[in-house]
Amino acid sequence: MAQVTIRQLNKVYEGAVHAVKDVNLEIPDREFVVLVGPSGCGKTTTLRMVAGLESITSGDILIGDTVVNDLAPMDRDIAMVFQNYALYPHKSVYDNMAFGLKMRKFDKAEIDKRVQHAADILGIQQLLSRRPRQLSGGQRQRVALGRAIVRNPQVFLFDEPLSNLDAKLRVHMRVELRKLHERLGTTAIYVTHDQVEAMTLGDRVVVMKDGLVQQVGDPMTLYNTPANLFVAGFIGSPAMNFANVTVVGGEGGLWVETKGLKLRLPGALASRAAPLTGKSAVFGIRPEDLRVANSADPAEYSMDCEVEVVERLGSETLLDTRVGSETIVAAVEPMVAVRAREKVRLAVTPDRMHLFDAETEKAV
Amino acid sequence: MVEGGLWRRWVFFYIPLTLFVFVLLFPFYWMIITTFRPDGELYKPWNAVAYQPFWTNNPTFEHILYLFEETMFSKWMFNTLLIAAVSTVISLICGVFAGYALARLNFPWAGGLGTTIFVTYLVPQTLLFIPLADIIRNFGLGDTPWALILTYPTFLIPFCTWLMMGYFKSIPKELEECARIDGASRFQAMYHIILPVAVPGIMSAGIFAFTLSWNEFIYALVFLSSPEQKTVPVGVTSELIRGDVFFWGPLMAGALLGSIPVAIVYSFFVEHYVAGLTGSVKG
Ligand SMILES: Nc1ncnc2c1ncn2[C@@H]1O[C@H](COP(=O)(O)OP(=O)(O)OP(=O)(O)O)[C@@H](O)[C@H]1O
Ligand SMILES: [Mg+2]
Repeated sequence: MAQVTIRQLNKVYEGAVHAVKDVNLEIPDREFVVLVGPSGCGKTTTLRMVAGLESITSGDILIGDTVVNDLAPMDRDIAMVFQNYALYPHKSVYDNMAFGLKMRKFDKAEIDKRVQHAADILGIQQLLSRRPRQLSGGQRQRVALGRAIVRNPQVFLFDEPLSNLDAKLRVHMRVELRKLHERLGTTAIYVTHDQVEAMTLGDRVVVMKDGLVQQVGDPMTLYNTPANLFVAGFIGSPAMNFANVTVVGGEGGLWVETKGLKLRLPGALASRAAPLTGKSAVFGIRPEDLRVANSADPAEYSMDCEVEVVERLGSETLLDTRVGSETIVAAVEPMVAVRAREKVRLAVTPDRMHLFDAETEKAV
Repeated sequence: MVEGGLWRRWVFFYIPLTLFVFVLLFPFYWMIITTFRPDGELYKPWNAVAYQPFWTNNPTFEHILYLFEETMFSKWMFNTLLIAAVSTVISLICGVFAGYALARLNFPWAGGLGTTIFVTYLVPQTLLFIPLADIIRNFGLGDTPWALILTYPTFLIPFCTWLMMGYFKSIPKELEECARIDGASRFQAMYHIILPVAVPGIMSAGIFAFTLSWNEFIYALVFLSSPEQKTVPVGVTSELIRGDVFFWGPLMAGALLGSIPVAIVYSFFVEHYVAGLTGSVKG
């Protein structure tokens, strides 16, 4: 068990692709950290540098108190699970799991004990003599996990381990992974481009884009107070609605205004938004913070929309609506009696409103 | 399979297939039938009565016996086998290491080096034997098996290197990376993981190298002179064609017996061979 510290980490590939830029990260012992971001944002590169598979252009990586920049992968005491599992095709499941221990000269009895124990945890005892090609995707996934946990390493590294599984199995394995972490408590760094995986698995989530860390925080912090436009749009499903607005003063407060929409900014947000008065900004509201308005809702927190599509998902209904020139999606109660091309009045939850500076894209 | 009516299947599938098989196999058939045909029948003019070019009613072993009793055929077989085996092993070892290095170690100019190696493979043997002959003479290796054991790798190593490079590239990099994280050094990862996975590729390179050296003609003709040193292709053609007299029976018997080892090697490993050429590793 160990904490991992990443300081001012940079990676420039030859050909001058600056894949990772000034990444700083403190991962305490026993924490499960998820790196998430769109394709090509440098997640895998960061993980591979921690693993020692990729050279570091500048910066430091510490595991425990040791700077591991120049240590070979085998000396870092880590285990990695790859996207394609990378099971050794010519070895049985047992030997796949035992290989790391054999290389480290464990004695036979100890190897057997550990492999059996890991197989127990993962429920793959009956598969031990099979070859990888005789396993299903989910079983391969477990073997890859088993191979990582028998070593009892300081840190687990996962590179999109669930992305080759079908949707249902992915949800199942997600829960299993979480349970496994509760049980073993090993520090883990997990890479994914799926924000749902990031939110459900991570103690903390690191959102990256173009090699830069956008925000680090626990899932609910990212959801409730995204640091910028990118994080706001990336975290949450369906994604947050954005509207290009102008901040205007009047009637003893601040308002955001665009064609077909005028909303009052609630107290705290209004005071932070004061410097933006008269300037353009981006207003954000999550679909789940909108509902169909009733007569009690004040006009200053509601807007008139034209419904374009009604998507009934069962647990909720999504209304794709048009307000002026903006598209707004609302997640409302499932039985709502609205049909396409009807007008509907939506109410916003005032303290769930977000505002972003149009130039810096930072949250106000 | 070809879809559609019966005639389509015949026109587009069975008839072309039959023609193809016929063209491929007829020389072998001719070789076999000539081997077992007595001289009396072999040299009959084509317009003689009861002329049967495609069959014989009096099969004989006289040509095969002639081969073993009157020529040094068994010595030639031994020479060929020895030379082919040793040069194949040398080339495989070099090819596997070089191919691995070119595929996996990101050293500068790896790409250029790979191309250079391939270009050397393209230099025709008919040119290369001239400088090689000089070298062989300077080292006093002429008329010994070493002349061939050391020169065959000049075309076998580039060939094996390229085949192995392609195969190594088809093996997911993660396998090796995982082994390195698991605690293996680069060399251990290669020995425990990469080489076992690459066995089909190594086999196909080996089979190909073996066949190339078994059939090689020019170097063997130039570098060996005494009859007891010769290889099968050179021995058979130089000892059984005297002037413009062709001893067709023994000649074909030699060709038949000479192709048996290669046929055996192929039929044993054909599955690996195909897998090696199409290069696929499934986890
Ligand atoms: N070996 C390499 N040589 C040069 N550029 C590379 C190399 N590997 C990755 N890159 C570049 O570095 C950037 C980051 O790549 P990386 O693999 O870390 O992305 P990622 O966040 O893992 O994306 P994904 O979700 O698609 O896996 C990309 O622009 C990629 O093109
Ligand atoms: Mg990646």
